[in-house]
Amino acid sequence: MDWLRAWMMPPQGSEFAKEIDFIYMALFWLSVVLFFMIAIPSVYFAWRYRYKPGRVTPHQTHNTTLEVLWSVLPLILCIGIFFWGLNGWMKYAVAPGEAMEISVTAKQWLWQFEYPDGSRTINDIHVPVNKPVKFTMTSEDVLHDFFVPDMRVKHDIIPGRYTQVWFTPNVLGEHNFTCAEYCGKDHSGMKGKLTVDNDADFAKWMETGGTEWEDYFNGKDPKKTPADWGKITYERVGCNSCHTVDGSKSKGPSWKGVFGSMVELNNGTSVLADENYIRESMMNPQAKVVKGFDPIMPTFQGLLKPNQANGLVAYIESLK
Amino acid sequence: MEPAVTSGARIGDRPRPKKNYLNETKGFKSWALTVDHKRIGIMYLVGTLFAFLLGGIFALLVRLTLLTPAHKLFGLQVTAETYNRFFTLHGAIMVFLFIIPSIPGSLTNFVLPLMLGAKDVAFPRLNLASLYLWIVGAIMAITSMIVGAVDTGWTFYTPYSTTTSGTVTLMTAAVFVLGFSSIFTGLNFIATVHKLRAPGMGWFDMPLFVWGMYSTAVIQVLATPVLGITLVLLMLERVFQIGIFDSRIGGDPVLFQHFFWFYSHPAVYIMILPGMAIISELIPTFSRKTIFGYRAIAYASVSLALVSFIVWGHHMFVAGQSQLATVVFSALTFLVAIPSGVKVFNWLTTMYQGNISLETPMLYAISFLMLFAIGGLTGIFLGTLSTDVHLTDTYFVVAHFHYVMMGSTVTAFIGGLHYWWPKMTGRMPSEKWGRIAAVLWFIGFNATFLPQFILGSRGMPRRYYNYLDQFQPLHAFSTVGSWIIGLSLFMTAAYLLASLRKPADAPDNPWGGTTMEWQTSSPPITHNFEDQPVLEHEPYDYRPKAVAH
Repeated sequence: MDWLRAWMMPPQGSEFAKEIDFIYMALFWLSVVLFFMIAIPSVYFAWRYRYKPGRVTPHQTHNTTLEVLWSVLPLILCIGIFFWGLNGWMKYAVAPGEAMEISVTAKQWLWQFEYPDGSRTINDIHVPVNKPVKFTMTSEDVLHDFFVPDMRVKHDIIPGRYTQVWFTPNVLGEHNFTCAEYCGKDHSGMKGKLTVDNDADFAKWMETGGTEWEDYFNGKDPKKTPADWGKITYERVGCNSCHTVDGSKSKGPSWKGVFGSMVELNNGTSVLADENYIRESMMNPQAKVVKGFDPIMPTFQGLLKPNQANGLVAYIESLK
Repeated sequence: MEPAVTSGARIGDRPRPKKNYLNETKGFKSWALTVDHKRIGIMYLVGTLFAFLLGGIFALLVRLTLLTPAHKLFGLQVTAETYNRFFTLHGAIMVFLFIIPSIPGSLTNFVLPLMLGAKDVAFPRLNLASLYLWIVGAIMAITSMIVGAVDTGWTFYTPYSTTTSGTVTLMTAAVFVLGFSSIFTGLNFIATVHKLRAPGMGWFDMPLFVWGMYSTAVIQVLATPVLGITLVLLMLERVFQIGIFDSRIGGDPVLFQHFFWFYSHPAVYIMILPGMAIISELIPTFSRKTIFGYRAIAYASVSLALVSFIVWGHHMFVAGQSQLATVVFSALTFLVAIPSGVKVFNWLTTMYQGNISLETPMLYAISFLMLFAIGGLTGIFLGTLSTDVHLTDTYFVVAHFHYVMMGSTVTAFIGGLHYWWPKMTGRMPSEKWGRIAAVLWFIGFNATFLPQFILGSRGMPRRYYNYLDQFQPLHAFSTVGSWIIGLSLFMTAAYLLASLRKPADAPDNPWGGTTMEWQTSSPPITHNFEDQPVLEHEPYDYRPKAVAH
């Protein structure tokens, strides 16, 4: 019956996921049995005891044995299920001491991660396989929630406090994570990718940000240009939550047709939107604010790897 | 007074009174200033059903937006902000304008005094005040939608609700007013049950409907004030930035959740207990058999009401409450399964060896048994700590609460509406269309919400405008289900309204019920009974008169 579990549950990213799935399926089958114990009589009795004029029904007011049985037996069942759930939850609730700690700052509507060595990423994290990792999380604005379906963990993220989740991934590959506490307009866009690497790939990623961008910059694959990599970065690090590429207005100026144009700033001056302007806008966004927009863009200094910044410049240039 | 009915008997051979509560006085003022619980009940019915329609339209809009990832509604692009308003307004209208006030305000208002053999409720003018508070609250809520709308979710969690733009303050003020409507209704019913029972009717002679509504009333009176205060704090925070929920100045956003759920968990029992109360009437009547385990059902109703106050933290297992609290709340939550189970087993045993006919109300009652079973059983997944971590804030929760609030309470409401329709209007609704609508309801409801359990367990969060492609087939299936629900409800509205064009010739007791409302005419005279009725038999006594003790 594993196909049923596989259909109803996400892929299993950890041993803990397997344990949760086991309880889930046990409760599922228990519910199926109990459901039919209720549904079958309700339909069968309606047929078996269907109306006959003049029939007199027995005056059954109570049956103490039966009533005690169906109060006590469910109670025992409930107590058992409670302890079973408690057992699994206690594992989830306390991270092991040797877990690698990743700091999470959630804000509308993107994820900022910081590793123990100080490197930072947005929306895109890698962790080594078979090693416990602990996420210590806080919010910069409203409630959020870090939900990793494949690991079966989730916890709210609260401004002014730290909360935590942890897991030990045991399969290589990619997993989604997503915000699970309603946080406004782009709540359903607030997601990211968790990649579980072997030790070697993880070490390489920590150094360079991974190898995914290489084909885009070394010309090896003619179909992959730096602008393509910029488009991927645009979506992945959350530029798209404030900047459109089709000319429509959002919290920030649209990128369509910007490159090479004269941009009017809020201090009345105009400036040419060349490569330097684009870079400065990413790293020091308050230096030049476009007229008609609020100075709300956060800085991406330290949050973008060089290849990401290069890709974004190429992408913006390509948007005529 | 008529004797206890035998199975299948229909009485109504008394001459039909010419004047009844509907036609005795005419004109707008005779309705607007009435203190007759039956007229107030009818006005509540009309109002809450309009709210149901409005909330339902938002539901259809939500599901239409989720039909495809393209988010186009009749050619118009639905933005995320618009979607967030759709689901917020759907929830807020359904919870505060429909489910909480509907059964108490409409069916209970109408039937409770009749069941007790009373002339009216204990405080008729307070009853009218409840209705007007509902109307004022509804106008405020609808105004807030027109002038700006709300996008916080019906739960108004801070700090989003204290900082977002939109008409949050006006909407919470509307809910504050609606809360008083609920409190006054509860107060009224408690006093009525204590003081206005017919001679000979002790507590354990009352219909179980009354026990269910009494338990509901206790919650309404004790819990709703907490919501009121919580909403006042929310408004103060929004308008004056007092900071109770603002972590930047030492407040705690999670505190709001504790306050909110301290009311809102008991509130869901304000929703389910009336539904169960109706089922306790439908099943013995259509089985023509005495209810099995009367006392157990009565005690279960009261214990559900009391236990409902000590489990609110199960909405907050991953919200940041203490680990000890989390463990305690999970343990206590399992307690509510027992009285709920007892009721279901007792209803089933009532049907056993009964003499069952499947008129429309009974079709809804049997649907209730199955849908409530699913709703209650899926609650176990959520009360269990380790599985709840995965399932909370996903579509699994959405499916669970729709199975209990809609699949159970609304199912019972429609069944009760059909059941008491002849008493309220003097007309028999069409059995043929009633049965078709009931079957469509069952199919449509399951088609809409069963897939949502799978969406949830597979990791689809709730309140999501976008979703991964893998979820699209289940979403599409669910949306089609919502159209079947819409069709069923449209059909129900149509055949009920159509019945009003027939002459008012329904019998006093078309279904052979044993409770006192069936001892008077359909519709009743203004002061309910010609003479004070006296209780002459045990509740739900279907024994033939010759064999009675």
